[in-house]
Amino acid sequence: MSTEKIIHGRSAGFFPEFSRRPGNNHTNMHYCPGCGHGILHKLIAEAIEDLEIKDRTVLISPVGCSVFAYYYFDCFGISVPHGRAPAVGTGLVRSNPDDIVISYQGDGDLGAIGFNEFIQTANRGENMAVFFVNNAIYGMTGGQMAPTTLPGQKTVTCPLGRSVTNEGYPLKVSEMVSALDSPVYVERVALSSGKNILRARAAVRKALNNVIEKKGFSMVEFLSGCPVNLKMNASQVNEFIDERMCKYFPLGVFKDIADTRDSIKRSSGVYAPEAVRKVLYPQYSSSSVSRDFQNPSPFFAKERRLKVAGFGGQGVLSFGHMLATMGKLRNFNVSYLPVYGPEMRGGTASCSVVVSRKKIASPVVDRDCNLLVVLNDESLEKFLPELKPTGVLIFDSSNVHVSRLRRTQIAYCVNASDLARELGDLRYANSILMGALAKLMDDFFLQETDKADFERVVEEAIRECFADKSEVIRKNINAFYLGKQAASRWNAPSDGQ
Amino acid sequence: MQNNNRNLLLSGNEAVVYGALLAGCDSFFGYPITPASEIAHTAAAKFPELGRVFIQAESEISAINMVMGASAAGRRTMTASSGLGISLKQEAVSYLAGAQLPCVIVDVMRGGPGLGNIGPEQADYNQVVKGGGHGSYRCIVLAPDSAQEMCDMAFLAFDLAEKYATPVYILTDGVIGQMKESVLLPEPLPPREIPENALDIGRKRSNYFTSIYLEPDELEAHNVHLQKKYSSIQLKEERSEGYLLDDAEIVLVAYGICGRLACNAVDDLRHYGIKAGVLRPLTLFPFPVRACRLAAEHAKRFLSVELSCGQMIDDVKLAIDCSRPVGLINRMGGNMLSVEEIVERTGQFL
Repeated sequence: MSTEKIIHGRSAGFFPEFSRRPGNNHTNMHYCPGCGHGILHKLIAEAIEDLEIKDRTVLISPVGCSVFAYYYFDCFGISVPHGRAPAVGTGLVRSNPDDIVISYQGDGDLGAIGFNEFIQTANRGENMAVFFVNNAIYGMTGGQMAPTTLPGQKTVTCPLGRSVTNEGYPLKVSEMVSALDSPVYVERVALSSGKNILRARAAVRKALNNVIEKKGFSMVEFLSGCPVNLKMNASQVNEFIDERMCKYFPLGVFKDIADTRDSIKRSSGVYAPEAVRKVLYPQYSSSSVSRDFQNPSPFFAKERRLKVAGFGGQGVLSFGHMLATMGKLRNFNVSYLPVYGPEMRGGTASCSVVVSRKKIASPVVDRDCNLLVVLNDESLEKFLPELKPTGVLIFDSSNVHVSRLRRTQIAYCVNASDLARELGDLRYANSILMGALAKLMDDFFLQETDKADFERVVEEAIRECFADKSEVIRKNINAFYLGKQAASRWNAPSDGQ
Repeated sequence: MQNNNRNLLLSGNEAVVYGALLAGCDSFFGYPITPASEIAHTAAAKFPELGRVFIQAESEISAINMVMGASAAGRRTMTASSGLGISLKQEAVSYLAGAQLPCVIVDVMRGGPGLGNIGPEQADYNQVVKGGGHGSYRCIVLAPDSAQEMCDMAFLAFDLAEKYATPVYILTDGVIGQMKESVLLPEPLPPREIPENALDIGRKRSNYFTSIYLEPDELEAHNVHLQKKYSSIQLKEERSEGYLLDDAEIVLVAYGICGRLACNAVDDLRHYGIKAGVLRPLTLFPFPVRACRLAAEHAKRFLSVELSCGQMIDDVKLAIDCSRPVGLINRMGGNMLSVEEIVERTGQFL
């Protein structure tokens, strides 16, 4: 062992000493004699040295024999889950678009377990080079069938030879990936004869140059030998590559369109606090009150639990959202919990809103409801039992028929759907109903100053909920005042309880 | 008290993205899934607006592996999913834990097993809190119960992820994810330095990340190192919140939406003269062992309130060494517990 000598010296793309390799041998690679990985490693090492990209190259080691590639290359390294190298590479190159990312993968890694990551990364046109080593067999795990194992070729998991009816035909990766629009360069080369290796050398450099120029996704497929698992010596392996593999996997350039593509430009992140605030903080507040304002009416001292229910499409959820927005604009803690699901369209939709000066515990209003707003009969039937004995009910008298309430419960109604249709759009019904709520609040719960403020906060909430749509805002505000005018207290029929 | 200019009505799913961006998160990689999709929607809108990276990956597997790449590049990075999507991510989470790469994973739980449904459950507890993937590892798990905490815990999640070089989960349920609440946005963090060990231009090119150690002694040493780290996390990072806990004889242990329901249930129970209190873990790993033991000094009984078959209950029992009876109040299948049901079922234990 100690008599080994390095004759030509080692490329500076490699570490001078492989000290990451466990054990005492820090001179040689772990690859078997005659293995294609050693040749390809050398071609890559020389290229990253010559192209002067060592300081910004990340070599991703896959799972397979080349899992330890990071023992050798004098650049950044990471070993990743089986087949996921292109996804990891995506995270790397999107984080730093100046990185030169090399995804080094074998046929099991790329063609079997990781084909989706590979093909999708290619399809996104990520700026990276994938070097795909196809040796028609699994090496590290001990000679099992690869997706590229040739028809009839015997392996330990196809001992009678690969059957195209049982295992299918070998996967033609270069052909498949070159069918996509995004990749800029796809070539298949062979690590067999000297001539072929020189072609491979050029292909490595071409792919890396594309990455340097940010042209996008390049892949080079290397037909490579695995003497141990193919049970051949080095020259037999070369013959296997040249005579058998090349017949099924023809060498050549499948795609080379880098010249036609512009360099990929990526934005750089904005982190200055002022700029971040500008994007994330609301640009203006609809609220006309100061941040320590509190409505004085005693009604607001307690937590108020509200529920809105009706058909999907009646504006149930936007009514709840508007109530929550009003609370927020007056410095309450609020929660708004919509009930989604298959019932969203056509069926019953509902939402819970809680408005409180204290921290809100349960956001689910399923009992002790203080205010129930219903837009159809089904909702009335379903949720009226949840209304507190002292609770209030607002309903759309166009659709809802109330027959009885407890004596202590108050109800206000307005023919919201009919009025909304007159205004030209059923969607104004909820602003009209908000008018009924305002009238009820005026009549029973609000002090003088809060009466005006309630109208103000409805307008502010409408502005906030409909953002820049000035016409929609105007019509909803009109609908609100119309509703307030038209709303009236519901009186129990004489035979009511 | 509140600054209206920072006060927004946000769902938990939206709030966690705001929090992450304010905490300097550089990239989001995700795949849509109910009830976590609004996280991806918000990220898709806001990350690019700040010149940061958003990619809709082709799968949960790819998303978490993109996170691995971004983390190796020294960036603050995150993904989000739910139940079955988290199951798919577990392979890479094990690698992240093994290679000691920080990141933040949001899990907005839904009903399981299998495709289950989109109702709120808390049945990812075991797969998230106990490790989940292969190998002996733990992830730090934060358990927000409001949109505000979804926002604030994004800061804490990144801090802890980097402090301990490990993945951190923000684990919550569909209710907290989809409910909107008023959120007071924190101040953005100033730009942060790319760490020394990053695979990034300007850093030492000898930097590398791996989780493979072929020599058993080496791998054992690595495992011992990880376990020491997890012990240190257990020692330093336990967090919990008590509600009427100081004299509680019945302790309801509950996180996420159940914690909030339990507070109302405790109000009712106190009304009936029952000294009940809530212990709400803010961290599920590390589980708040010391707070549980402290509560056990005056508690006669613990009750684990959860939307799963009884997953957290094991941690409650372990925390107090089974020194008190521990009962289970739960629902499954996407059904919610109601406050009434918690009160009623607590009564059955008395």
